[in-house]
Amino acid sequence: MMTEVLREEAVPLLSRPAPAPAAADLVPTGIEATARITARRDAAGATVLPVLEGEGPLAVRRLRAVGAEARAALVGAMSAPLGGDRLAVHAEAEAGARLRLTSTAATIALPGQHGQPAFYDVRLTVGRGAAVHWLPEQLISAAGSDLHVTTDAEVAEGGVLVLREEQVLGRTGEPPGRLTSRLRVRCAGRLLLDQELCCGPGAPAGWDGPAVLAGLRALGQLLVVRPEFADAPVQPRMLADHASVTPLAGPAALVTAVAPDALSVRKLLDEAMTELLA
Amino acid sequence: MSRAALLVLADGRFPAGGHAHSGGAEEAVKAGRITDAESLERFCRGRLHTTGLVAAGLAAAAALGTDPLALDEAADARTPSAALRAAGRKLGRQLLRAARATWPSPELAALAAARPRGAHQPVVLGLTARAAGLGPEDAAYCAVYESVSGPATATVRLLGLDPFQATAVLARLAPAMDETVRSAVAAARRVPDEGVDALPRAAAPLLEIGAEAHAAWPVRLFAS
Repeated sequence: MMTEVLREEAVPLLSRPAPAPAAADLVPTGIEATARITARRDAAGATVLPVLEGEGPLAVRRLRAVGAEARAALVGAMSAPLGGDRLAVHAEAEAGARLRLTSTAATIALPGQHGQPAFYDVRLTVGRGAAVHWLPEQLISAAGSDLHVTTDAEVAEGGVLVLREEQVLGRTGEPPGRLTSRLRVRCAGRLLLDQELCCGPGAPAGWDGPAVLAGLRALGQLLVVRPEFADAPVQPRMLADHASVTPLAGPAALVTAVAPDALSVRKLLDEAMTELLA
Repeated sequence: MSRAALLVLADGRFPAGGHAHSGGAEEAVKAGRITDAESLERFCRGRLHTTGLVAAGLAAAAALGTDPLALDEAADARTPSAALRAAGRKLGRQLLRAARATWPSPELAALAAARPRGAHQPVVLGLTARAAGLGPEDAAYCAVYESVSGPATATVRLLGLDPFQATAVLARLAPAMDETVRSAVAAARRVPDEGVDALPRAAAPLLEIGAEAHAAWPVRLFAS
């Protein structure tokens, strides 16, 4: 109930520029909100953020820059996504700019009142010689939720992308919701990675079995695209029982980790990140 | 279309080297995730709906005449594990050699010239089906059946599982295989309008991770 109260207050204030027509009140609709961030390299070589716009549940806060890298964080302004919501984050680093984008808390996918799915689209654009670090906190798929996440990244030649995704299937002690998560990356116009994980109730059979997740409830991926990897690809190897790093068919490395809990996944990804960015 | 040609292509004795691969079963048996017919069935269902579906989509699209090099790139993007990419290309190279002798075609020759180190096996499979006068459903059926028959026969050798039980697992998967073929072919038919992004890309994290673990073993019975 707490959630609902917060939403009732927050929706008109933050995300609905105009009142919905009376007839639409009868149709259950979720929130549509897009956060936009553009990073630009200025004449002095620093990165500025000429576009930093949040909307509805997606507020964006500027953080202190570190060297030439501009930093910003997504701040959850209300509980989202609920079923029926359509959220999006569009972040771009123009040529030579450096952007690090984080979030202040985990995102929890929750069921809506009418059983519709929610959608969360992340679009990352990395210009020539630019760098984007997209390091949000975990996505938690709560019981009864149905969320489709699509992360699309386009990296121009010489660009650097560091992308972390972590999913937790269910809050402590509850069964997972339905989660469909696609990660698609293009690098210098070439398709580098296209993968989709479907899990939870209603996902194709076997998702929890010995070939896919084997009852483990937390997973994560860390993708690092770096021009250096074109000539010196990482060597594939195991990082733990259910974690490995492998070179992709392009200037990139991918770490995949599956574990009983989110902390173990984070620890593996953090250690791998230190190594891959060295 | 010749139904007999389908049997020739789908026959486990077709000399394309598939028998040397366990489809991740060897690693899963050693890790204790496959211990009996029941866990083998759950393993195969997961593999069918991920790797099997992806392979079937690529094979169906190749059989429909999609540019095999675009499909080869799509296969790379759907196979993050370097060990599985290497295995897929090796199997593709072996299949291409057998296919060119069996159903010679200019398309198979062109693919061999463009990818001398091997194209991904499902792409070669689809192009082979095309050369044999078969359709996208046939190619997809070969791909989904291979995706589960490999682990099932490997498990008979690895665990000493009763072969009757392993075959019963495959029979129980038949309706799911039919459904997987339908969805793979439907996706492949969207490729002319939507590009290769329309093809299935279902991931199986433990198969990807397990393939890297398996590739590092000093001694193994199967190649993957």
